[in-house]
Amino acid sequence: MTPKVASLGRTLRFNARLLPIAVTIGLFLVMFGAGSISFDNFLSIQVFLNFFIDNAFLGIAAIGMTFVVVSGGIDLSVGSVIALTTMVSAALVVHHGWGPATTIPLVLAMGAAFGLLHGFIIQYFRVQPFIATLAGQFLARGLCYLISVDSIAIQSERYKAIALYRIPIGGGNEITVNVILLLIMLAVGIYLAHYTRFGRSVYAIGGNEQSALLMGLSVARTKILVYVWSGFCSALAGVCFTFYMLSGYGLHAKGLEMDAIACVVVGGTLLTGGLGYVVGTLLGMLVYSTILSLITFQGSLNSWWTKIVVGLLLLVFCLLQKVFERRQGQRSVSGKARAASHSATSLATRPATAK
Amino acid sequence: MSDPTHSLAVALDARLRSLSKHRIFWPLVVLALMLLFNLLTNARFFSVTVRDGHLYGSLIDVLNRAAPLMIVSMGLTLVIATKGIDISVGSVMAISGATTAMLIGGKYVMGRDDMTSHPLALCILAGVGIALLFGMWNGFLVAYVGLQPIIATLILLVAGRGVAQLITEGQIVTIYYRPYSFIGNGFLLGLPVSYYIVAALLTLFLLLTRKTALGLFIESIGVNPVAARFSGVRARLILFWVYAMTGVCAGVAGLIVASNVKSADGNNAGLDLELDAILAVVLGGTSLNGGRFTLAGSVLGALIIQTLTTTIYFTGVAPEVTLVVKAIVVFVVSILQSDRVRTLLAARGPAREAVR
Repeated sequence: MTPKVASLGRTLRFNARLLPIAVTIGLFLVMFGAGSISFDNFLSIQVFLNFFIDNAFLGIAAIGMTFVVVSGGIDLSVGSVIALTTMVSAALVVHHGWGPATTIPLVLAMGAAFGLLHGFIIQYFRVQPFIATLAGQFLARGLCYLISVDSIAIQSERYKAIALYRIPIGGGNEITVNVILLLIMLAVGIYLAHYTRFGRSVYAIGGNEQSALLMGLSVARTKILVYVWSGFCSALAGVCFTFYMLSGYGLHAKGLEMDAIACVVVGGTLLTGGLGYVVGTLLGMLVYSTILSLITFQGSLNSWWTKIVVGLLLLVFCLLQKVFERRQGQRSVSGKARAASHSATSLATRPATAK
Repeated sequence: MSDPTHSLAVALDARLRSLSKHRIFWPLVVLALMLLFNLLTNARFFSVTVRDGHLYGSLIDVLNRAAPLMIVSMGLTLVIATKGIDISVGSVMAISGATTAMLIGGKYVMGRDDMTSHPLALCILAGVGIALLFGMWNGFLVAYVGLQPIIATLILLVAGRGVAQLITEGQIVTIYYRPYSFIGNGFLLGLPVSYYIVAALLTLFLLLTRKTALGLFIESIGVNPVAARFSGVRARLILFWVYAMTGVCAGVAGLIVASNVKSADGNNAGLDLELDAILAVVLGGTSLNGGRFTLAGSVLGALIIQTLTTTIYFTGVAPEVTLVVKAIVVFVVSILQSDRVRTLLAARGPAREAVR
């Protein structure tokens, strides 16, 4: 093999890792383009900005979820932690006269504490992540109802002021505080994932927990921190949701964990862990928002189509991941000793030809 | 030691010990404690009366209401025994209920309650059939495509609600057909019809898994799928059918629920039932780590959950609070099942013997 070919091969392999993100960007452009052609007023900066304004909470929750999925786990408590955050915020503000300066730090700490509980149970008792977080999901929803079964509207002037505050960004377009929060969290997420010891440990654990342990990484601490981070993100998403809805309700954000997982998967993060980009999750959120907008613009399609389309999208990307994995698996079988890590995976992930 | 009372105590202790090792011992204890609590706080719970030749009372009601959960948890037990999970059961229930309701047709004719657009048998078969199809879909994704069970069934959990609403066109379809409500509300020889359905399915599953090698195969897949395949177990095929059967169970449960409330609601039928079902299976003594299961235990587990729910109704606390109680129970039980606690308990066992 000449050096030129080898370097070309390396470039291609690099592209292969970024392929899922390229697919997501392509999908977004195609869908946005289709919307622009089909509907008047779709192609505008404000429609694009509305994707961020209307789904900032989803994006923030999905950033937290990205870390959990990369570490090889899952967090099903996201939606109900958001609901609990709105409920506690509403109860404190309405019934006890608290201001946002005291309420928000408290609910953020509560979300992190919820994550700590999950992480502790998952790490020390080896309870499967989906069981622990599913129980946490029901615990958080139940706690909402302990506060109140009904919705509590927030009348606080200060909350309203923050919620209605618009930041002009030129050309008559404007964004909300939530969008700023989302962008800050995106920056923090990217920094944490790619430039810190914690982030590298998360990827290592997702790739192979056993080797991460043998490498001397603090697996236990990192795994617990991942859930703390996800709990924190969910709570911050809950704060955004409180601004967005100006109310607390036990049924808020029902099933949002599924949407968050969809964003993560569509953003190219591997569900088996070890591979993924935080920025991909934001792209996933954009694709998801575009679907919502398309269905809204279309008008005659009912809201249940959203569920079906999101389910199908999840399916297609899961299948793509499988194809991707198999091709890698086959390459490693014909190649070097990479097969060792693959033989440990379940029988179903093996290529059918291996029989 | 020839002291007769002591040897008797030892024998009794050994008997109790072997009894407590039995899989459904602890679920039975929990159920007994819950019934005892009811006996002390409100004896009304236990009154069973005969009206029109049927049995009535809270106990009968608990059993009747637990029937859908019992059926779903039977299927889920097998899935969990393969170290899988199915969180789409609630959505599949909604789909099957919706299908049957739409086939019967929601037409209301004054003074008539025997109107149906299609024969009842066809409606029921279609409901169960579509549930089987969706179960097979899950099975295909898990066994042949190789998706993780949680993700494969998550897709149906999300999309299934949409499908159910699509079938009912977003409406709550009311069923004005008396023979159909017999399934969920009718009585046969004084007992609710749903009991017979539960009994028939339980017998079928017990025969299949305990009188044939199928149960062993399922357990071997749960312990080590690769080893199971190498020892000649057709792991994929069995995995596929386990998910398919869970779909059927969810379908039957969906029909009972739709019949019970005489309507199909794509949004709320079987909502949050997946946690209840997982809880029932775990409470019953099936390990979430796969490899061993007990169907009778899961049925008992479902009974415990329904008794808990009904008990909370009786104490006058808001019914939504049951969620908190259930969540805590899941935490406690899954922690108790963990290796860490088990080794801790096992280490203390001999120590106690030594002291004696």
